[in-house]
Amino acid sequence: MIQPVLTLDTYGLLCPVPIMKTAAAIKEISAGEVLEVLADDPQILEDMPAWCASNGHALLDTIEEDEEFRLYVRRVK
Amino acid sequence: MSKPVKAVGLLSGGLDSTIAAAMLMRQGIEIQGLTFYTGFCVVEHNRRSKTRKRKKPVRNEALQAGARLDLPVEMIDISGPDYLKVLTDPKYGYGKTVNPCIDCRIFMFRRARQYMDEIGAQFMFTGEVLGQRPMSQRRQPMNVIDRDAELDGLLLRPLSAKRLPPTVAEEKGWVDREKLGDIQGRSRQKQMELAEEYGIEDYPSPAGGCCYLTDANFGRRILDFFEYEGKENLTMDDVMLLKIGRHFRVKPDVKVVMGREEGENKFLERYAPGRWRLETKDVTGPTTLVEGHPTDDDLRQIAGMTVRYAGSKADPGTPVACRYEETERILEPAPVEEAVVEEWRI
Repeated sequence: MIQPVLTLDTYGLLCPVPIMKTAAAIKEISAGEVLEVLADDPQILEDMPAWCASNGHALLDTIEEDEEFRLYVRRVK
Repeated sequence: MSKPVKAVGLLSGGLDSTIAAAMLMRQGIEIQGLTFYTGFCVVEHNRRSKTRKRKKPVRNEALQAGARLDLPVEMIDISGPDYLKVLTDPKYGYGKTVNPCIDCRIFMFRRARQYMDEIGAQFMFTGEVLGQRPMSQRRQPMNVIDRDAELDGLLLRPLSAKRLPPTVAEEKGWVDREKLGDIQGRSRQKQMELAEEYGIEDYPSPAGGCCYLTDANFGRRILDFFEYEGKENLTMDDVMLLKIGRHFRVKPDVKVVMGREEGENKFLERYAPGRWRLETKDVTGPTTLVEGHPTDDDLRQIAGMTVRYAGSKADPGTPVACRYEETERILEPAPVEEAVVEEWRI
């Protein structure tokens, strides 16, 4: 069971804004902790894996329900 | 072991900036990618406004390039009033349309220089190629941009470096000038050869035209806005609407924006508050937004135009729902002649 320490709500926002907000939110948690990102823009399914790969964070899981998404990002460094 | 030299790379994710980053990584430079969100990127707009039914996903290429090269990418949002001033009052004017490329570069490079200092990087670089673009990538404008952005020789253009005066990075020996490029002109052949040499296979096709400000249709709409609504009143919400759908100037104070497909209709719905919104009833058709203060007669004509663009399933007289906040009226408009529509088209 993934236990996020912080949840970021980006409902209604279109990429790349959710990614920019994720980049800001990840700085608020410590290495090893998990950020939960709520989104409804499907483009996040392309952008979040790429952002995590380029910035060295781990995308643990992505859950899709009724065209809404919950993504779990572990801060690695 | 000494700390590696760090550089900020302005990364669009296109072929040139990807190659420039790879070239410097091979020289042991630690790279922090930087990309700006301006609100004028064609790719970003298409990602936002089109339907999901496409063969190939449209990606954020800067993020993809970062993932491909294993380098971090920072995205900075520069859309907003300061950036809009670049568009409405450019010191160095426009190119062929309403593209203030020189002023835009100066604005971005100033911000990049600031970011460079914030993260303690020693220099910055771009994938620019001398002579590749008519307005901002010629030698003289490049000098103006570097001077006005107060870069103090800290901007390296690796792909054309041998054709340009040495920068601080070369003079201090952080990078070996001999291993930099001497590319000039519009051909992408050398970049493609370098991509093969560096093992970079997955990059977007070099297309250009990635900025709305170089688009002639968008330029017409911006100039219409300047004329009828005043350039000092331009906001990012206006910009978002100027990029989408069909546009018609019905009267000096009445403008129509009409979606062309499902994705655009959904996008327009976000901007419906505070505007009249028209949609055909019973048959599929465009979402039409009306800006300004339409009279009853204006609304009837705009409803007729909405039916016209609803396609063959909508007969003349098809009912149109006109909504403004909590108000709803149903109109059964007469057809609007093509000549009238064309006269209104922006």
